[in-house]
Amino acid sequence: MIEVSALSVRLGEREVLTGVDLSVRRGEWLAIIGPNGAGKSTLLKAVMGLVRHRGTVVVDGRAAATLRPRDRARLVAYAPQAPSLPPDMTVLDYALLGRTPYIPYLGRESRRDREVTASVLERLDLTGFAARRVGELSGGERQRVVLARALAQEAPALLLDEPTTALDLGHQQQVLELVDRLRVADGLTVVTTLHDLTLAGQYADRLLLLADGHAVATGPPAQVLTGKLVGEHFDARVEITPGPGGRPVVHLLRGAT
Amino acid sequence: MRTRSGWWVAGALAVLALSMVAGLLGGAADISPWQVVLQAADWLPYVSVDSGLAPVEQGLLFELRLPRVLVAAVVGGLLAMAGAGYQGVFRNPLADPYLLGAAAGAGLSATVVIVLLPASAAGVPVAAFVGAVGGVFLAYVLGNTAGRAGGTATLVLAGVAVTSFLTAIQTFIQQFKVEELQRIYSWILGDVGGGWDQFWLVLPYAAVSAVLLLAHGRVLDVLSVGDEEATSLGLRAARVRLAVLLAASLATAAAVAVSGLIGFVGIVIPHVARRLAGGSYRIVLPLSLIGGAAFLVLADLLARTVIAPAELPIGVVTMFVGAPFFVGVLRMTRRSAT
Repeated sequence: MIEVSALSVRLGEREVLTGVDLSVRRGEWLAIIGPNGAGKSTLLKAVMGLVRHRGTVVVDGRAAATLRPRDRARLVAYAPQAPSLPPDMTVLDYALLGRTPYIPYLGRESRRDREVTASVLERLDLTGFAARRVGELSGGERQRVVLARALAQEAPALLLDEPTTALDLGHQQQVLELVDRLRVADGLTVVTTLHDLTLAGQYADRLLLLADGHAVATGPPAQVLTGKLVGEHFDARVEITPGPGGRPVVHLLRGAT
Repeated sequence: MRTRSGWWVAGALAVLALSMVAGLLGGAADISPWQVVLQAADWLPYVSVDSGLAPVEQGLLFELRLPRVLVAAVVGGLLAMAGAGYQGVFRNPLADPYLLGAAAGAGLSATVVIVLLPASAAGVPVAAFVGAVGGVFLAYVLGNTAGRAGGTATLVLAGVAVTSFLTAIQTFIQQFKVEELQRIYSWILGDVGGGWDQFWLVLPYAAVSAVLLLAHGRVLDVLSVGDEEATSLGLRAARVRLAVLLAASLATAAAVAVSGLIGFVGIVIPHVARRLAGGSYRIVLPLSLIGGAAFLVLADLLARTVIAPAELPIGVVTMFVGAPFFVGVLRMTRRSAT
């Protein structure tokens, strides 16, 4: 679904990503992990075409550089780490923004745009919130509303930058479970950055470990979440034990190295 | 939601109609409101009503008060709508139509014309229009060459620089022509009493910019999530910004050309609209257009009645009345604010 090869990004003087390759199959969940400043968010933005880059990005068999923005937006939906939510906008109007790639520049929403958005709100249990203002929502509700906007785009691929930041344990689980349900039901391709390694290992099919702008490891969770790789690239002392379903669980060890 | 917007627009139109009747009424001659309504109906095409007004009174209404009310309405609507457009483009509630150098550009070129051609009254609007467009153009070019293409922060800073620079030149010129100071200041403080000529002059620009701006309500809503997210939704943010800036600057230049610099309308009216009817530009833009029109008609009514037979500059009235009015709206809607 998404093929990235030899992707490099330079922001100002700094080379943030260097020669990164990435490949996600349709329906797969890829989690991008790595220490702070490794370039995780920049990688998502480059795939979305939001930062200048070298290398190629192919989405659904088409070179992304040749796609018009609205065609790209029909293929890939993106939710940033800190979405800006206009406080006075209602939940319904905000979710309707997801229909932008289908609405003519100076046109207005069609009946179908409203129907798609209404059904997305219903799936995410947000119908009762439709008339609420976005500024009045709690953190967990906001994250669902942002997800609703992304789903209203009806794009087969979903890029989520740290979808669980600022959420408590229960809401983290709710959001990730929701993403997983939608992925299975609609055959969505999901790429997330996640700083919680255990969560990444629990939900993703494959992990990509970024360190200092390089892709240093990629593969199923058990292959990437090893004491050696995590210890080396996160500069942390950890113990990794097999968890439910054989997926690795990462424990921090107390005491300085 | 949609029907509520409809009610707001209908309510605002009713307020506008009432203020226009009041605008026609106010003044020296003794004419009853009903006669004004009948006479207004008589002016409509294919309608013939006898208002019972003497020809002199009819002439007063038609040649003096009607164009004045119409110019005030168009200018107020344009300024308020342009202000809303600028606020959407810059995602900043403090943006106003004069932000990018339109006022300073118009002020400079109007001053130059007043100083060089003291006899010519007709040249001032044209000069003001050209100056306003030139000021915005200068700020835009500077902002885009100095910073990233389409970035808003450098654009605002460029506007500040252009405004200071042009204002300095204007002040310098007017110091040399102290005898024209009175005319320059009365132009700067605003006047909508230019008659039918001014109305026909401003109307085409008003129509074009209003249609363009109103059509951009939805994309301004998309832009309110920021450039990056708007781009991820398939919108070319820089292009939207340019289109709205062009339309809003055209509106500002047209308004400035026929009325001078009238402050406060462009910043206050959009906020009142937002406070009352919600944050979507689809409703803020039309409500600003109608509300700005009503506001300036009433401001002009005050300007020419408070110290009659003398007149106050309308720019003084908008600020004097506008500020407390705005504070009142802020307090009234405090509960629903975020």
